[in-house]
Amino acid sequence: MNDERWLNLFNEYANSSFMEALRRQSPHLLPGAEPRPETPDVAAPHGTTVLAMRYRDGVIMAGDRQATAGYQVASRRIEKIFKADDLSGVGIAGAAGPAMEMAKLFQTELEHYEKVEGDNLSLEGKANKLGQMIRMNLQAAMMGLAVVPIFAGFDEKAGVGRLFKYDITGGRYEEKDYDAQGSGSKDARDSLKKLWRRDMARDEALRCALEALFDAADEDVGTGGPDLVRGIFPTVKTITRSGFGEVAEDEVRRVCESIAGDRTKSERGA
Amino acid sequence: MPLPYYVSPEQMMKDKAEYARKGIARGRSIVTLEYRDGILLVAENPSSLLHKVSEIYDRIAFAGVGKYNEFENLRIAGIRHADIKGYSYSRGDVTAKALANAYSQALGNIFTQDIKPFEVEVLVAEVADDNGAKSEIYHILYDGTIEDEHNYAAMGGQADEIRRFLKDHYQNGMSLEESLQLGVRALSVTQNKTLSERDLEVAVLDRSKERRKFRRIPPEALSQLLGTAK
Repeated sequence: MNDERWLNLFNEYANSSFMEALRRQSPHLLPGAEPRPETPDVAAPHGTTVLAMRYRDGVIMAGDRQATAGYQVASRRIEKIFKADDLSGVGIAGAAGPAMEMAKLFQTELEHYEKVEGDNLSLEGKANKLGQMIRMNLQAAMMGLAVVPIFAGFDEKAGVGRLFKYDITGGRYEEKDYDAQGSGSKDARDSLKKLWRRDMARDEALRCALEALFDAADEDVGTGGPDLVRGIFPTVKTITRSGFGEVAEDEVRRVCESIAGDRTKSERGA
Repeated sequence: MPLPYYVSPEQMMKDKAEYARKGIARGRSIVTLEYRDGILLVAENPSSLLHKVSEIYDRIAFAGVGKYNEFENLRIAGIRHADIKGYSYSRGDVTAKALANAYSQALGNIFTQDIKPFEVEVLVAEVADDNGAKSEIYHILYDGTIEDEHNYAAMGGQADEIRRFLKDHYQNGMSLEESLQLGVRALSVTQNKTLSERDLEVAVLDRSKERRKFRRIPPEALSQLLGTAK
């Protein structure tokens, strides 16, 4: 057997990546495979504001529920925070279609690796993988279909929650405390800057995250606030040592109502 | 001038089958049993790191006996098949039947076309949801022969004896504990020692779990279930 043949067999076998398998077997399913129009007329729905922050037990992620296409509401109930695996989650902002596809591919990639290897990727490894996926989308990003997620998870080795932000070229930056992404991200970050404290308990962290989304919805036209008429509230997830958890809608509703109540009474500028 | 040698196809197939069977007979066995809340897989496997039983997809598990590198290759091919299918359609569209057929094709092709057949048997199990559907267990042989088994299955070195034992002792609606004890007894039938948790690799497809039903049972929990905990 010549060198090349066994080397190919070795590489073929020693590959635990779902994306690689997809590239070999069904390359048309990979994002960015189709040629994109030169001058896009982009009114594709965009997801607006997501945020992640550290708290005592790990990280908390939250996102509003609105997708916006131009000046129109495209959807009022989309989900922007996805479970990536038991110990991590991804919050999507930017073009909603490609972003959801990326989240799904990322989930499959992590699960595939886990099943093939019988072991989980490190948090660092997961964060890098997501960066590579964003880079694959660069061409589409240049045409107005950018995807810029937030990735957060619990690092088992270090025993802490960690979060990562990205730019459209796939650049990966670790944030220490909190970050927000999407059209309302600046307002959310401004709000977090004032409210965030180290080692907050879960309840405080939940309130802090929702206050920030409240502010984002207040200032940014694309971001949806709590919709008391239809009963639509932001989604909030926690990732701790014991896994990925969802904060029940009832609890989110109560906190949103309490924030709204306080702001109504308040003598501050809302 | 030497005569070109001729081997009749019958003889060739017979030789290959015998070769494969011998290889498989050297290995240890695996049993699978349906129990009240799912499907149980018990393998005699002294290694805790090199698995014979593993997860393929949400409701599907894989088990292999024989030559490790060969069934390991099949396992990974199965995971790729399932993940690609689930990604391009939906998670619910990934079925054990399609996977078992793919294994059957692959093994059948290797058996007829390659000089050396695979010395493996594999098993694909899918646990049904609660709504009364039947669980499925497929057993695929080294030559691509595929059988669907009911309630229990055995493969490996002493599969025939184990199967006879299970036929006499299997009952419907057993608890996890009961079925595990039965499985271990079945594996011990052909040997004169009792198997302890260190000789076993055990996993279940537990229908009460969310989405991914596959769960390994670690040695500590195993000794509790076997009633050998100190």
